[in-house]
Formats: sequence, structure tokens, C-alpha cells
Amino acid sequence: MSLWSTLVAPFSEFAFMRSALVACMALAVASGPLGTLLLLRRMGLVGDVLSHAVMPGAAVGFALAGSALAVLSVGGLFTGIAVVLLMILGTRFGAQREDASLAAFYFASIGVGVLIVSLRGTNLDLMHVLLGTVLAIDVPALVLIVAIASVVLAVLALIFRPLAIQSFDPAFLRTTGGGDSAYRTIFLGLVVLDLVAGLQAFGTLLAGVPLLLPAAAARCWAQRIGPLVGLSIGFGMAAGYAGLLASYHLNVPSGPAIACSAAIVYAVSALVPASRVLLTAFDATRPT
Amino acid sequence: MTEPSKRDAAGSRLRDVRRGCVTLRELTVAYRERVAVEAVSGVFAAGSLTAIVGANGAGKTTLLHAIAGLVAPRRGSIEIAGVEAPLGFAYLPQSDSIDRDFPISVLEFAALGGWARIGALGRVPPELRSRSMNALQAVGLDELAGRMLGELSVGQFRRALFARVIVQEAAIVLLDEPFASVDAATSDDLLRLVQRWHGEGRTVIVALHDLEQVLAIFPETLLLARKAIAWGETATALTPENLVEAGLAAPPRGPGPRLRLAMPS
Repeated sequence: MSLWSTLVAPFSEFAFMRSALVACMALAVASGPLGTLLLLRRMGLVGDVLSHAVMPGAAVGFALAGSALAVLSVGGLFTGIAVVLLMILGTRFGAQREDASLAAFYFASIGVGVLIVSLRGTNLDLMHVLLGTVLAIDVPALVLIVAIASVVLAVLALIFRPLAIQSFDPAFLRTTGGGDSAYRTIFLGLVVLDLVAGLQAFGTLLAGVPLLLPAAAARCWAQRIGPLVGLSIGFGMAAGYAGLLASYHLNVPSGPAIACSAAIVYAVSALVPASRVLLTAFDATRPT
Repeated sequence: MTEPSKRDAAGSRLRDVRRGCVTLRELTVAYRERVAVEAVSGVFAAGSLTAIVGANGAGKTTLLHAIAGLVAPRRGSIEIAGVEAPLGFAYLPQSDSIDRDFPISVLEFAALGGWARIGALGRVPPELRSRSMNALQAVGLDELAGRMLGELSVGQFRRALFARVIVQEAAIVLLDEPFASVDAATSDDLLRLVQRWHGEGRTVIVALHDLEQVLAIFPETLLLARKAIAWGETATALTPENLVEAGLAAPPRGPGPRLRLAMPS
């Protein structure tokens, strides 16, 4: 088994592998900066909850029209945006703290979503909605993913400065230019869009993987925001490529394989600060 | 993305500076059921330097929030004359409202003061860097310009916040407990900056605790205990009776010791 046949041939021989790879790359490019900002805002769990919030809508779409991607996506977008609005209203007017209502959204979404899918479909259908089918991405699905990724990138580029300021000093943004809640809403909207793009590839359980894991790994290596974004994108791409290869050679489901390789990237990265501490301790014990 | 008239530096800024006047009319601010500031009326005149004094929970922060536009009045109004809202204000919050782990250098943090004039898409003007460096020099942080914000001590971080206010070049400066939990050297340095802003004709409003600082530096005082107990010249506002009413002194026999401090000449 040559290097070529291991690393390249799966993609040169099979169109579905190429489509899956392009989808992973597009998701990585959009999710890198978005996930970086999400983590800088200390909103990692919000990303996770939103990825489940997409589920009831996607499930309704599934119940109405089978696994037609357009319907799934529109449905997911609908409930995702609805939950964003509820969250914003809830924190402004509700008596509950944000984390309590987030937990409620999380479980309600999964419960309702699984119920709806089970009413109409089989366990296999349920697995597809939950875990995605990145190897079944066709051209229209690819176009949708790349289009969403482009929109996310373009909007992020337009409002990156205020989003960055808001993520650590929202009061300053409000006293110097306003638009506070508008930026917050747009940002959460972008997160939902990105999750919807990842829906077919990763399902509602894993849609948050490209968003959160590469960005979390990047934080172990980089201090500045530019390198953080670049590394997040790079890690996302690497995890997508490695996961697809593993899925091909080991004959395992592709979405979970990508999730695992992203988790490995994160685990290795998390050891970096630890190794620095060890090295420093080692240096300190050496006689000078 | 500012109009040329605002961008052409010194001249227009100086004209800005003398006009920041804040008028409160029967201002009442409440969070849900709890009234934090009640029926306060008065004027922070253009170019004045006013201390807001009161016990914990007296509404000092709320009043500053209301003036800065962070919270809407329940009743009454705040009228700000002579400045355009986002450009004319610099608000320095109690620093625990800022996430200091954000990956930004001290120099970049100071340069954020120029953000309102640049906007989301505007080109960063080359002189912003030198203005930010000058501001860092003024607060004694120029040697730490390249450090990350999270590496600063509490006192250094407060200095960085002041540098950002300098870069904002605002006509109205609002400071919330700027000297809390910093050492004497830092608070002296920062107090000198406040006096410098006053000298430049900016309208400066500071919430603070230390009555000796108030008596020594601040010509005017608003004594707050949800309502305005007194508002005017510091010497006339901080009478023993008023301090008792504001909950800042025990009912005295004769004038309390603090009040025999030398007044600024």
C-alpha cells in the first residue's frame, strides 16, 4: 500500500469522497473564525445548544418531505433562529439566568426532534438526522454548504471589529457606537447558518464539531486573534481530511470519524501548555 | 467612517471639548421594581469636574450608566448638549465588566479609543498608533505596550483603561470608581490625569468613595442616596448633616474630623 494509494487515491477515485472533502474544507473555513469568536465570547456551550436547536425543525422537514436537504435545512434554520430569538428575549426579560434556559432548550430540542423523526421514520433515518451522512453529499448540497460558508465569511469580515470588541467589553461597544444587540443577533444568526450548513454532513449531534473543536485546539497554540483564526481553519481542514481517510480505510461512519480526529487534534493541543509547564519545571531542576 | 469635518484633528476636537453639558430633569432609573436613582435634577456644566459621592448602592453606577446610555430612564430625561453621542463620550466602567483574557495587546487596547471614529470598515489612520503610544506614555505604560492585556496587574490595567479614555478624546468623561483597589502611587497618577482633563475643558464626572480626594480635588459634588441629597460646590454639599443623611457618617457631635481637612485653595 503506497503513500499515494493511502492518502490520495480515495479522493481521486471516488467523487463522493471529493464532495465530502470539499464540504469539510468549506465548513472549516467558515467555522474557524466563527468558532474562535464564539470561544472568545465564552459561548462554547451556546454553540452546542444551538446545534441541537436546529434539530426539531430539521425533523419536521424530514417528516414532511423525507431526507430532501433543502427542506431539512429550511426547517433547521427556522427553529435555530427561533431559539436565538427566544434566548435573546429570555435574557432580557426573563427571570431565569441564561444557563438555566439553555439547558431547557437543549433537552427540549433533542426530545422533540427525536420524537418527530421516530413518528415517521426508521432508526436508520434517526441516525442520519443525528449523525449526518457526509459521504452522501450531492452537488446541490455542496452548493448550499459552500454558499452558506461564503455568506458567513463575508458578513464576519464586515463586522469583525465590533464583534471582537463586543466579545470582551460590550459596555464599551454600547457607549461608543451602539448596535450592541444587533451585532449579537447577527452573530448568533451566523452560528445557526453555519450549523445548518453542517447539518447534512455531521447531523445535529455533531454539527458543532467543526465550530468548536478546532477553535478550542487553536487556543492552546496561539495568543493573537489572527493566528487563532488561521490555526482553527487549518485544524478543521486537517481533521476533516484525516477523518474521511480513516472512515474510508477502516470502514467506519464518516461523521464520527471526523469528530474523533478533531478530538485527537484537541487532545494533543491541550498537552502543549502542560508540556511547557513540565519543561519549565525540568529547566528549574537543572543545575545552572 | 467620519465626515471630513470631524476627522481634521486638533481644531475641531478643541471646539468639541468645551461644549459637553449634561442636564438631568427629574431623572428616575429603576431595575424592575427597584428604584436605583430617584428624581434627580441638575446640570453638569460644560467643563465642570464633579464627584458623585454616596454609600454602596446609592445609585452612583446607575446614574453613570444612564448618562452613558447603557440603561434607559424610567421617568424624566437626560439632555446632552454640544456633543454627538458616541463620539462625545468616554465611559470607564468598573473594570470587572471587561474580560481581560481577550487576546489583545496593551497598545491595541488603548487604540480602541479611536474605534468610534473609524467604525467597522474604516481604514485605521496612521496617527492612531502614535496617539495611542502617547496615551500609554501619559499613564506610564509605554514600556508595556507590546504586552497582552491579561498580563497586566490590577493597577496597570486601570492605567490602560485611562489610556483608552485619553485616545477617545471625548468632551464628556464618565469614570466609575476609577481608584478602587489600586495603590496610592497609581491613584495619584490617575488623579493628575483627571485634573488634566478638567484643565483641558472636558466635562468630567467621577463616582468615588474617598472623601479626602473629593475635598482636595473636586470643585463640585453630587451627594447621592438614591435621591440627590446635595449638588453643588463641594464645601457646601458635604456638610455634616448631608453626610449623615447620605449614610456616610454617624450622627456627629460637632463637625466630624473629615470636614476639618484643609480645603483646596
